[in-house]
Amino acid sequence: MQYDPKIHCENVWKIFGKSSEKVMKASPSDRDDIAASLHCTIAVREANLEIREGEVFVIMGLSGSGKSTILRCLNHLIQPTHGRVVIDGKDLNTLNAKDIREIRQEKMGMVFQNFGLLPHRNVLDNVALGLEVQRLTSQERYKRTREALDLVGLLDWEQYYPNELSGGMQQRVGLARALAVNPEMLLMDEAFSALDPLIRRQMQEEFLKLIAIVKKTIVFITHDLDEALKLANRIAVMKDGRIVQIGTPEEIVMQPADEYVSEFVSSVSRSKVVSAKNLMMEPDKWISAEKEDPIAVLNKMRKNDIDSIFITDFTNRLVGVVSMKRLKETLNRSPAGLKYMAHQDYASVPPDTNLEDLISHAAQTKVPIAVLDEGERLLGVISRSSLLEKLADLI
Amino acid sequence: MDFIRIPFGNLVENIVIWLTDNFSTFFDSITAIINVALNQFKTILVWMPWPITIIIVMVLAWRFAGRRVALIAGLFLYFLGSFKLWTEGLNTLALVATSVSVSVLLGLPLGILSARYEPVHKLIRPILDGMQTIPSFVYLIPAVMLFGIGNVPGVMATVIFSLPPMVRLTNLGIRQVSNEAVEAGKAFGCNEWQLLTKVQFPLALPSIMTGINQTVMMALSMSVTAAMIGAGGLGVKILYAIQRVHLSVGVEAGLGILFIAIILDRILQGYSSRQKRARHLS
Repeated sequence: MQYDPKIHCENVWKIFGKSSEKVMKASPSDRDDIAASLHCTIAVREANLEIREGEVFVIMGLSGSGKSTILRCLNHLIQPTHGRVVIDGKDLNTLNAKDIREIRQEKMGMVFQNFGLLPHRNVLDNVALGLEVQRLTSQERYKRTREALDLVGLLDWEQYYPNELSGGMQQRVGLARALAVNPEMLLMDEAFSALDPLIRRQMQEEFLKLIAIVKKTIVFITHDLDEALKLANRIAVMKDGRIVQIGTPEEIVMQPADEYVSEFVSSVSRSKVVSAKNLMMEPDKWISAEKEDPIAVLNKMRKNDIDSIFITDFTNRLVGVVSMKRLKETLNRSPAGLKYMAHQDYASVPPDTNLEDLISHAAQTKVPIAVLDEGERLLGVISRSSLLEKLADLI
Repeated sequence: MDFIRIPFGNLVENIVIWLTDNFSTFFDSITAIINVALNQFKTILVWMPWPITIIIVMVLAWRFAGRRVALIAGLFLYFLGSFKLWTEGLNTLALVATSVSVSVLLGLPLGILSARYEPVHKLIRPILDGMQTIPSFVYLIPAVMLFGIGNVPGVMATVIFSLPPMVRLTNLGIRQVSNEAVEAGKAFGCNEWQLLTKVQFPLALPSIMTGINQTVMMALSMSVTAAMIGAGGLGVKILYAIQRVHLSVGVEAGLGILFIAIILDRILQGYSSRQKRARHLS
């Protein structure tokens, strides 16, 4: 499928130091030596990213891995030494300072690790900064500011100053400031890293709820794997300025690209990232259409050695389950449509259900677990035996 | 073997002579402007009956620095009057006010420029070092050549001496603004002017206030030197006392300068810490 990425980085390099151009001109294999001799630092090397509209894209790495630098390249707070950053099809290299300011004003909100609030302004005027820069009338400005404050639950605090608020509240002000301009993208630089663990988890939860409402493309920087796994649709792992792997949380944990990534993820319990959609099997042998001939279905079940079968309607929606026993009984008495034999005694889960919940469902029902999408369509099934097999793999 | 004579002194002298010959209108108009400012300050200060002046100063001191400072300020001003140095004291005050105004007017933009543009900083820094280190008597000479004898060259010499802390502390204040605050300003699309007025300047204000305070103190310390080229005020009394070895006059005039310095310092410091608290910067 062809889609245009919201943010596109193409072979982006950032080299700090006076002679950065000279380092860039050298052949790629010599660049490290030359950078060292010219007192330059290569912060980002050969970064290629495609960030899709609406996804939460987490860039993860230890300090000094270049993750903050790459984030600042996205809005040209730091100008890349080489390569292009394309936002909505516009190459930032081709834009003048004014156009870049406009993109920053209208499309991108940024949240900082240490909040970056202005101590001489109260909460209301801090959140209004972006709108003030856009020269909105004060009436419009404060209306939208209060809407943003309402989103983060700080409406009653608008007259307070940053130094009167706790860290968690200050970061909510930072978040409200970014949301107030109603940007399409949020750039979050270690947004929750300065908060203590309890507040941090709470903020992550709130943030997940918030982005379900506001729907933004989010680039989130963190050094914390748990945070990355919790928030991300996709994760890029960085090491020494290089992106070593890009993938979904499952891919990063289950199929680390190299030793570095596998070491990074070794501490995490895999059960955290394994969800129903990784475990489910193709439903073909477990499904029968409701119009199917009951005798053919019986034969199919015998052939596949299964005890019950899911019945779906013509839109692939799940109607119910029919057991072999019931099928035989009904056929012996009076043949009827499959639909009328089906019962509703089965467990169904959404695709992102975690392992723990799956196990508790499996304990309660003999029938395989059905994995349904939002439209009640059957995506796959998880049988108890396949669940046990996977568990054995994970331990 | 002899040293080769480099006629640097002659060169500077020729430049100053050339300036006086060719730009006399320019320097005359500066003289006129400074005279206007000076006379404004002087007229207001001298016109006011002394009890009212004392009350105003005490009220200011009380508002910004508390009751104790207000009482001390009142007492000091009364002493100044009772030493028969009231008019001289006010003249010194007018000179200081004029010099400090010029210093702030020049120093603020220079400090901002040198904080934001590294080449400007590199150029200005050695000049500031020179202005503070070269004995102030040396630049009395070109001041006299360009502006004649009187209050105006005194003000100019004072400005040269008291400008550096203003530039330095403005520069420092703006550089000290947290990088994240500046990045936040840029990330939300501030242009350079908005970044300066909404982020950098307000956060640098405490440092800038310290700069103004130091400028005031340095301007006061120049009052005797400035008197050597015809500036009025308490400096004249001290100069007279030195020439005549007249200890009693010297002590009283010296104390007069000290009194004014203490009062100004306390009021300014009180004002700036009030500002800091009001703006949540402390």
